[in-house]
Amino acid sequence: MGKLRDPDCNPLQARAETVLTDYAARAQAASGPRGRKPRRRLSGRNIMIYGTLFVVSVYYLLPLWVMVVTSLKGMPEIRLGNIFAPPVEITFEPWVKAWAEACTGLNCDGLSRGFWNSVRITVPSALVSIFIASVNGYALANWRFRGGEAFFTILIFGAFIPYQVMLYPMVILLREAGLYGSLTGLIVVHTVFGMPIVTLLFRNYFTSLPEELFKAARVDGAGFWGIYFRVMLPMSLPIFTVAMIIQITGIWNDFLFGTVFTRPNLYPMTVQLNNIVNSVQGVKEYNVNMAATLLTGLVPLAIYFASGKLFVRGIAAGAVKG
Amino acid sequence: MQPSIAIRDLTLAFGAVEVLHDLNLEVGQGEFLVLLGSSGCGKSTLLNCIAGLLDITDGQIFIQGKNVTWEEPSRRGIGMVFQSYALYPQMTVEGNLSFGLKNAGLPRAEIAARVARAARILQIEPLLKRKPAALSGGQRQRVAIGRALVRDVDVFLFDEPLSNLDAKLRADLRVEIKQLHQQLENTMIYVTHDQVEAMTLADRIAIMKGGSIMQLGSPKEIYNRPANRYVAEFIGSPTMNMIEGNLDMQITPSFSAEGMSVPLQTYAFGSDAASGPAVFGIRPEHVEAGEGAEAMPVRLDAAVDLVEPLGSDTLVRARAGDRNLWARMPGQPDLRPRQPLRLGFDPARAHLFRLSDDTRL
Amino acid sequence: MRAEAAATGRGATSPPPSAAPPRRLLRNLTAKIAAIPMVLTALVVFLGGTVWTVVYSFTSSRMLPRAEFVGLEQYDRLWSTRRWVISIENLAIYGLCSLVFSLVIGFVLAALLDQKIRYENAFRTILLYPFALSFIVTGLVWQWILDPEFGLQSIIRGLGFENFTFDPLYNPDIAIFGILIAGLWQGTGLIMILMLAGLRGIDGEIWKASRVDGIPAWKTYLFIIVPMMRPVFITALVLITSGIVKLYDLVVAQTGGGPGIATEVPAKYVYDYMFGGQNLGQGFAASTMMLLAVAIVVIPWAMLEFGGKRRG
Ligand SMILES: Nc1ncnc2c1ncn2[C@@H]1O[C@H](COP(=O)(O)OP(=O)(O)OP(=O)(O)O)[C@@H](O)[C@H]1O
Ligand SMILES: [Mg+2]
Repeated sequence: MGKLRDPDCNPLQARAETVLTDYAARAQAASGPRGRKPRRRLSGRNIMIYGTLFVVSVYYLLPLWVMVVTSLKGMPEIRLGNIFAPPVEITFEPWVKAWAEACTGLNCDGLSRGFWNSVRITVPSALVSIFIASVNGYALANWRFRGGEAFFTILIFGAFIPYQVMLYPMVILLREAGLYGSLTGLIVVHTVFGMPIVTLLFRNYFTSLPEELFKAARVDGAGFWGIYFRVMLPMSLPIFTVAMIIQITGIWNDFLFGTVFTRPNLYPMTVQLNNIVNSVQGVKEYNVNMAATLLTGLVPLAIYFASGKLFVRGIAAGAVKG
Repeated sequence: MQPSIAIRDLTLAFGAVEVLHDLNLEVGQGEFLVLLGSSGCGKSTLLNCIAGLLDITDGQIFIQGKNVTWEEPSRRGIGMVFQSYALYPQMTVEGNLSFGLKNAGLPRAEIAARVARAARILQIEPLLKRKPAALSGGQRQRVAIGRALVRDVDVFLFDEPLSNLDAKLRADLRVEIKQLHQQLENTMIYVTHDQVEAMTLADRIAIMKGGSIMQLGSPKEIYNRPANRYVAEFIGSPTMNMIEGNLDMQITPSFSAEGMSVPLQTYAFGSDAASGPAVFGIRPEHVEAGEGAEAMPVRLDAAVDLVEPLGSDTLVRARAGDRNLWARMPGQPDLRPRQPLRLGFDPARAHLFRLSDDTRL
Repeated sequence: MRAEAAATGRGATSPPPSAAPPRRLLRNLTAKIAAIPMVLTALVVFLGGTVWTVVYSFTSSRMLPRAEFVGLEQYDRLWSTRRWVISIENLAIYGLCSLVFSLVIGFVLAALLDQKIRYENAFRTILLYPFALSFIVTGLVWQWILDPEFGLQSIIRGLGFENFTFDPLYNPDIAIFGILIAGLWQGTGLIMILMLAGLRGIDGEIWKASRVDGIPAWKTYLFIIVPMMRPVFITALVLITSGIVKLYDLVVAQTGGGPGIATEVPAKYVYDYMFGGQNLGQGFAASTMMLLAVAIVVIPWAMLEFGGKRRG
């Protein structure tokens, strides 16, 4: 580029200099505005934009802040002070208590039980539902068969049906299968109700892959599973991650299925949390409650902050489904 | 006379990337200037700077003698037409034409008069009540031009207005734009990467590359005396034949390359021509083949390599030694590959460029 | 896969006389077997379950489902139950407010973020994080913040405004707004993200054209951009609506339906009657009403969406 600016090889510039009209000369002498338009950093517009965003951000961050500071205070400090104030004396006792000692009904072994239940529910549910949905999506996208789209349409409409409508039939089905109240039963429930969105996600992804890939593999004689495991899976890591994010946060945050389809010893963390905080007996220990709440929110928050853009992509995909 | 648009030392950078470098340009009153260049050379960027849609990094811009460097686009006295038309989809054609005027607080009667005039000029009167979605591409583009027209300004800016249209429509609208210019007589700056559009529309063409103007001149000048190798190869189709060799200015000037020597007494040399490695260029339409070759001062023996019949004329790639030369032959000569072919040309129509910096000799 | 479809089509029109039927069934057999979970879910749970519930809403089921049809009796009873009527009122208020506020706030925030600002990512992360949380967590935090004895009200009183009252969770008249605040806190980020994607999808030349026309930014948004974003608004509307009808966990956590029955919602009514009150018929009728509410929004939307696509 520097070469081009050499007057020798840029005839225009040579020309422009010789052709400078007296008008232009005058203009240059008079100078006037030149270069970048000066902008004040604190223009009214900027103050409005950043001001609004700042205020909104405070509103959004406030609950997180309140959770954290409350959970680090002792009860006397909470009774006297202000819920927004940082703790004068930091104590981790509420966390310990929430984790290991808080009571629900007769059990007093804290949220840890709910945490482990949630892990036992979330991990297999997410894996099973993603495996099944990805195979469905793959079958729909690459192995078009009669009626496939019709079932898929029902599935997508199903995503809009309030769960309450299908709750009782599901109870009956599980009871008939002898799975009601068991971990397996809950895994089935999560797989069934997670199917629309995850299937949609995979179907759209596999449809977007070049068709030649699939055809080439078929010509090479690979079958349904061969193509799935050796061609499709290795290419789908990002979409599997997105599906993982959706399913893990969704299943971890579930409350309704947890209450309906499990017994108290299997209650997931959300259900147990609600029972701890909203139990009517005993003195309210707000700091323990907030520590428990924060503990429950920790897993999805960690996933959210760690996954960033992928999370957004996941909810965008979910939003399309509705 | 004061220029309609004057650009002084314009520099524009996006962050650390400098897209326009120290650019100077003057456009006369009523002139039709075309900015031509390959993709990404900064044509749109330059146009947006003139329109005030981009904040320039350094330099000044004058429109009708007024320094508008810091002025808002709407107050620069320009109208602009975009590649994607950028019509407001939810408004009727009439709404599209009048929205800006209404917003500027013009009296109703004045708005109606201007819209009517624009509609008459562009022949879109029957379409006024329609929405853009119900228009064809050509009609949309006319409405887009109309939106610039109603602004009643001295300067029109076009950013590839025809590139979303099919070839036939493009040719039709090209003629219409030319007529519009003749009728309105206002200044127009027109961005395109289509050289036919540039040659047919322009009073002057500015050829851009990498954010600088390589040459500014009338279409004839650009075609006949390209200032450097880039311009020479950019203009004309098929592209100019280029042969690398040596220029000898001793006694009688001549150009020699492997297996050929061309006397250059009739060539109009620039002032700084000197002996040394050079590139010799000749356009295919200036290469005569067959019988016509015999009348030419320089002749070569070659063999037909490839034939591309175009109907009105025929393009021939001929092989002379280990060199390929394109020639354009009139009509539809009957040629077969490997058939011997005489080529000839007039060195007066050739172009010579210094090899080291590609400038014209 | 287009070839695949074509092959099936050809098979249907001109089948080789003898072998056609079994082959069509066996074609892609593995794929069909692999899709069985989807087919079962769609047919048995979604379609079958829904039909079953609707049918049984016309029966006198109490403790157990019982196929004794009583016509619209359950619905009569439903609409004469004060708790149900309040639930519907609450849902209407919550729904309307949350629709309006989510759309307006979501759009405004997206427009602010779209101004080529610094720290866009940080702001976006902050506005969206509540969406990752469980409604239970959201409900419990806001229960704590809105606690009149310790929360917002006591703090503002502490600042000297002795008579300041803001105790939505203890005042039946405004309790539903306490839930609305929490609901908006959790849900607006999603709408904002949708709107932002919509804004980013708008042709930049539209903005240039409006600047050349001298139209102020707010007018461009109002008269040009918002009309152009209609599909995004409709998607958002459908999303918010189906979310509103499902509103359950938040209420359970934040107020438990109280004070009294001031914040009852239909989904909670269904749950309580089905699993607590041992009155299945009521639960079925109520859930059928929920289904109806969703259908009123989703079906026209789907027709618009898919009908529109077919036209091109
Ligand atoms: N907002 C931006 N940020 C950074 N670089 C940019 C931006 N806009 C354009 N550029 C760069 O500036 C250069 C010139 O872009 P410009 O759009 O002016 O090209 P153009 O000549 O109009 O090309 P085309 O014919 O493809 O429209 C390109 O290299 C482009 O990558
Ligand atoms: Mg461009």
